[in-house]
Amino acid sequence: MDPSPETLLDLHRRMVRIRHFEEAAGRLAEQNRLPGFLHLYVGEEAVAAGVCANLDDDDQISSTHRGHGHLVAKGGDYGAMMAELMGNATGYCGGKGGSMHICDLDLGMLGANGIVGGGVPIAVGAGFANKYRGSDRVSVVFFGDGASNIGAFHEAANMAAALSLPVLFVCENNEYGEFTPRDRTMAITDVVDRAAGYGMPGAIVDGMDVVAVWEAANEAVSRARRGEGPSFIEAKTYRFYNHHGVQTLGMKYRSDDELEQWKQRDPIELFEDRLAAAGVLDADGAQAVHAAAEADIEAAIAFAEESPLPDPDSLLVDVYTQAAYSGATA
Amino acid sequence: MTPPTDTEERRIAYGAAFTEGLAQMMAADPTVFVAGEDVGRAGGVCGSFRGLNDRFGDMRVVDTPISEQAIVGLGTGAAVSGLRPVVDLMFMDFILVAMDQIVNQAAKLKYMFGGKATLPMTITTSAGAGLSAAAQHSQSLEAMLCHIPGLKVVMPSNPYDAKGLLISCIRDDNPTVFVKHKRLLGLKGEVPEDPYEVPLGAASTVRSGDDVTVVTYGRMVHEATSAANALASEGIECDVIDLRTLQPLDMDTVIQSAQRTSRVAVVHEAVRFGGLGGEIASQIAEEAFDYLDAPIERVGAPFSPVPFSPALEKEWVPNAEMIGERIRALAAA
Ligand SMILES: Cc1ncc(C[n+]2csc(CCOP(=O)(O)OP(=O)(O)O)c2C)c(N)n1
Ligand SMILES: [Mg+2]
Repeated sequence: MDPSPETLLDLHRRMVRIRHFEEAAGRLAEQNRLPGFLHLYVGEEAVAAGVCANLDDDDQISSTHRGHGHLVAKGGDYGAMMAELMGNATGYCGGKGGSMHICDLDLGMLGANGIVGGGVPIAVGAGFANKYRGSDRVSVVFFGDGASNIGAFHEAANMAAALSLPVLFVCENNEYGEFTPRDRTMAITDVVDRAAGYGMPGAIVDGMDVVAVWEAANEAVSRARRGEGPSFIEAKTYRFYNHHGVQTLGMKYRSDDELEQWKQRDPIELFEDRLAAAGVLDADGAQAVHAAAEADIEAAIAFAEESPLPDPDSLLVDVYTQAAYSGATA
Repeated sequence: MTPPTDTEERRIAYGAAFTEGLAQMMAADPTVFVAGEDVGRAGGVCGSFRGLNDRFGDMRVVDTPISEQAIVGLGTGAAVSGLRPVVDLMFMDFILVAMDQIVNQAAKLKYMFGGKATLPMTITTSAGAGLSAAAQHSQSLEAMLCHIPGLKVVMPSNPYDAKGLLISCIRDDNPTVFVKHKRLLGLKGEVPEDPYEVPLGAASTVRSGDDVTVVTYGRMVHEATSAANALASEGIECDVIDLRTLQPLDMDTVIQSAQRTSRVAVVHEAVRFGGLGGEIASQIAEEAFDYLDAPIERVGAPFSPVPFSPALEKEWVPNAEMIGERIRALAAA
């Protein structure tokens, strides 16, 4: 299926919003205004945007340590995100989670995750709930090339296929797990090869091409909605910044050349050229989308910075749910 | 904690002391190898394995996939096959991914096999909160490990012990778990260059006093010591005992001190409920109840996951001020 002009504009806006959020977060981190670890999604925007544009708020996703992009793509609120990154009370998790646990359950975003592979079985569980209820919702799990080496991924992939669950596995293959290249930790080049072992259809897409991602996800999501079970997409992509934080050039584990080559294929620039050529969005139009995102992010930072810190009394709140059983829910 | 006298004083960091001890064991014993995520080319995410891959090569400093179960399994299988593995699990939270291999396999093989298997494996990892690393990157889970027969567990508080305990762990023929504290990696202290052992199961008394016994380990040794130093100006003198090894526990040192001071506080960063403090307190109650003038005090983190926000985390991690308050109350009780 070809994306409509509205879809194309939607994809563009999602990518731009991710980019501006991440660039701002990176700037704040470099100024020591964000505590903790920060894993930026810059360079990989086409994957989250291309997939999430096929989802409704009721569809769930589970995410990774590199999770801001997934939440923005799912419609996350900049202000609540920024406040969470700062550890403030108005943040998505009231300051208790931070970057690595950011979530929005109302948008079906079941959380970033500090444990590599931790989110994979969770998305499968969401897929099970969807099937159990007889709904046509789907769940999507985003995970890295590195995460495809952990047991949780293999168990969950097999289970999703065995139970024919409406789940989409999206592997963001950026060629590195932390500082170690993929070829030191697996003997295959394409992670998608693993899908066959579990009896799932799999496809490789250019993760810098948002339309390619959108098309592949569209097919896989439709398939899951029709009750035909899980599928696997491997998006070949790259992170433009370091594993955590920003600094990139001069890092020993990958060459400046390699980084520059990937940057030549910046997913947003590639797409803007294409949109202009197709007459869908010209340079001024694109600029307006960037300007709007920038204004939103400035407002979000101001909101976050004016927000109160969490009350120390909240420390022991929400370790348990206090509500009593109130009968069956829907 | 007196280093050998024939060595000139040399101050290096806790992390560097770990690296040095490991390199010396690898140089001395060709069966010692290291495996873990990012330990090879990258030298470890905190630099603890820096230089080892260049020096010893890919076969002895192995970059593994992100596969904690298989990493510990690799160590276990290699250990029963005659090698002396050091396997790294980066952060202590990730040991949970490998818990079956650690608890059901490595810890029990020797016993289940009627003594036939020998498992000279060291698992290294880093624990601790205070860096806004949030609930899955900050835990102190040592009590879970100490509960398992077959494992030995150490948590050094300073560079000297880091090197000496690591060497003892590597030379030990049992599965050992060596837990660094992330916030101690840069701490400098005196470390002799030649290899030496700090014996497993031996506590050290880092400060002497007759009023209160403070039993602690890991980073809390520093918080407890500064609390004790502050209390000295109020006339309260503390014995501060650094356990160093948590399994087996050196209860003799603790009991002797408790019998002398009659007041004991146990301090750890781990969650107070179900933490080692409970075990230590009950052993003191069993062995020295008649000597005690007050109930045993336990200081530990509150019963919640580690919060992200610095505003909450500083309330969560015990500090010198909190510890001092409790010791002051204990001394007056
Ligand atoms: C169980 C577990 N092991 C190790 C880590 C440390 N760690 C955090 S991110 C990461 C690399 C993940 O690589 P990949 O899945 O490819 O994701 P990417 O960072 O490339 O997006 C590692 C090893 C962790 N968080 N959890
Ligand atoms: Mg990766």
